[in-house]
Order: sequence, then structure tokens, then C-alpha cells
Amino acid sequence: MRILLFCCAGWLLLIGCYGMVTSRNIIHTVISLVVCQSSTYLILLGIGYRSGATAPVYSDTTPSKVVDPVVQALCLTDIVVSATIIALFLALALQTHKRHGTIDPDELTALRG
Amino acid sequence: MSRRIRLGVFAVGACAVGTMLVIAFTGLPSFGTQRHPYGDRAVHMSVHKQTTSNVVSSVNFDQRATDTLGEEFILFTAVVGTLVLLRELREEDERDESQEKRQIAARGLPSTALVSYVMLGVTTLVGLYVVAHGHLSPGGGFQGGVVLATAIHLLYVGGGYAAIRRARPVPVYEILEALGAGGFVVLGLAGTLLTGDLLANVLPMGRLGDILSGGDVELLNLLVGVEVASAFIVVLSRFLEQYAVVGARRPTTR
Amino acid sequence: MNAIIAITVVLTTIAGTVVVLAGHPKRQALTLSMFGLTLTVLFVALQAPDVALSELGINALVVPLIILLVAEKIRARR
Repeated sequence: MRILLFCCAGWLLLIGCYGMVTSRNIIHTVISLVVCQSSTYLILLGIGYRSGATAPVYSDTTPSKVVDPVVQALCLTDIVVSATIIALFLALALQTHKRHGTIDPDELTALRG
Repeated sequence: MSRRIRLGVFAVGACAVGTMLVIAFTGLPSFGTQRHPYGDRAVHMSVHKQTTSNVVSSVNFDQRATDTLGEEFILFTAVVGTLVLLRELREEDERDESQEKRQIAARGLPSTALVSYVMLGVTTLVGLYVVAHGHLSPGGGFQGGVVLATAIHLLYVGGGYAAIRRARPVPVYEILEALGAGGFVVLGLAGTLLTGDLLANVLPMGRLGDILSGGDVELLNLLVGVEVASAFIVVLSRFLEQYAVVGARRPTTR
Repeated sequence: MNAIIAITVVLTTIAGTVVVLAGHPKRQALTLSMFGLTLTVLFVALQAPDVALSELGINALVVPLIILLVAEKIRARR
């Protein structure tokens, strides 16, 4: 189980990097980055999991065993903040297309002011 | 650099990173381990000292609130950057009035409109619930804010661009976003003034499980909810405008 | 419980691979939405409802929407 989870996280990181390296389109590059980022959530929540435990919520019941809430808090804010960063990247892609008429990184060779 | 060389470089790098990941993973605690020193302390603090039923909210808005303050300002700056980039695009594009009108008049089928208006009410209610009960049940300002921001876009599905433009005065949401971020700082400084620590609790704690419990957590949740909802409404409005108004021009040759 | 986690982890990995290998941004927006949904199920299985909620809102809804709008805009400009 441990091997499966962490190998899948590593695979997602590497496949995302592969997508970024071979990308022919800036939008594709950004989406590959999203996949890379998701791999960290897998690792974090995998570390925080506790067998037989429930979610760390004490409103109706008082569970005896709960999973680690600290890593969940880390993931949660990161997911929401990353969405605005992606919006910023996509706005940059729109600007690039406007200025250079292409969003293929290979064609964006010359630096222009 | 040709594609083949690039792939070669990537293959070498990927092998190295993969090897290091495997080495690192063997040192991690085993999956499902019963030993969570930080988690246990966070749970103890949250339930016994801070009367916050949802421990994740307590970690986010109390134990690690300074970290959340930083995250909030990453969000704020990213939104400002997006707006600056898209505003420049908008001013550069000259508009074609007839195309704009046609796009604005477009709307969905009556049945689609009905469903989306009904769902608008339901989704807004769910969003408000998720924000307001962030300290009690799973949810909070970040998640509820996103739900609220998506709710208002059901108007676009049902009534087209005209409907959502009437219902959503963007400058108001820009101000609300700034107020949400500013309120977080003000509450944090209030903690500094009263107790000497940034973001220390200044409100009464209440009883575990009550709607008014958890001290600052509830108020910070509301402020983050306002900020996140307005941030996504503003950002989506600019992208929608690019698509619906500016993008409706006939394609020009550049 | 472990079986559910294992299945969703595998599904998530497949979905992520499909997202990267899907060529066109529009196709990627749809597969990214599916990827977000598999991640949401995985987070629920890992007892993280808070994270699942934000993942559902962000990667299954908001981000694909922005990607679709930008892709369509760039296509219209050409």
C-alpha cells in the first residue's frame, strides 16, 4: 500500500514534468504543472493517514482515532491559492499570444520588448 | 535545443529524481501509521483549548494562522497581477459593437435557465452554510468562497452574459476582496495589541460544538470566505469578458 | 478501506497521465475535471473532507472553466 501510493505520487510528478518538457502549447505546460502539484497532495495526505481513523471533526461524535489534521490544512490552502496562480499564468499566456501571435514555446525564441 | 536533446536531458534528470524519490520514500513513516506527534498535539489544542470542532480549521486559522495570512496575500497578489494583465488586453482591443450585442443577447434554453436559477439559490445557500460552519463541520472560508463564486456563474448558464453582468458589479467585489484581506490583518493586529502575539485569539471561546465557538476562527473564516469568493468572481469576470465581449470579434489576420 | 484507497490511487494516476498526454487544451480541460473528481474521491477515502471540498471546487470546476475560456479566446484570435 505504501509502495503503491508513493510510487503513484512520484509517477504523477515525473509525468507532469514530461508534459512540461515536451509541451507545444503554454496552456498545456500550465496544466502539466497542475498535475505535478497534485502529486504533493498525495504524498502529504498519505503521510497523514492513520489506519482505522476518521476525519478530524468533533462536532457530533468524539472519534477515538483521527487522521493528522496538520497536513490536511497545508493541502487545503494550497489548492485554493494555486488556482489563482494558474489564472495568473493563463493571463500571461493570453498576453503572450497577443504580443507574439503564438503560444508555442519553441516559436517564442526572440526576445522582444 | 532540439527536441531529441531535450528529451535526453529530461530522461537523465527524471532517472535521477526518480532514484532520489525512492530513497526518500523509504525513509517516510509507513502508510497508516498510528504515530502522528504533530497531529495529536493539534487535535488536543483544538478540542480542549480552542473549542473548535473542526480541527483542520483550528490549524488553519489559529495554530498556523500566520501561514494562512501569507497564503492569503499570495492569493491577493496573484489576483491583482491577473487583473493588471487582462485590463491591458481589454484596453488594447477595440470592440465591434454589433458582435458584442449578438453575444450579449445569446442565452440558453428556457428549461436550462429554470434549472440554473433554482440551482443558483441552492448553491448560494450551500456556500453560505459551508463558510458559516467552517469551525464545526468540514468546510470553511476557502471552500465556501469557491462555492459562492461558482454559484453566481450559474446566471451565465441561464441568462447569458447580460444577466451576469447586471448581477455582478465588479468594482464592488474588488473592494470586498481588499476588505477581506485587510480584515484578516486588522484582526491579527488586534491580537497583537491585546495580547502581544500576532493573530492571537481576542474573541470569547464559547463551548465546543456551539455555533458561536472557537473564538477568532469563525470570524477569520468569514473574512477569508469574502476574500476568496470576491477574488474568484473578479478573476472569472475578466476571463469571461475576454471571451464573451472581446473574443466575439471576427478573427483578424495579424 | 485500504482496497478503496488503492483503487482510487490507481484511478487518479491514470487520470493524471491522461491529462498530460491529451493534446489539445480543451480536451485537457475536460480530463483535468475528471482528474479533479478522482482526486476528490481519493481525499474522501483518505478521511480529508475539507481538502476534498476545495479540490472539488477548484480543480473540477474553476480551473477547467478558466482553461476553456482562454483556449477558446486564443482560438478565436487566430
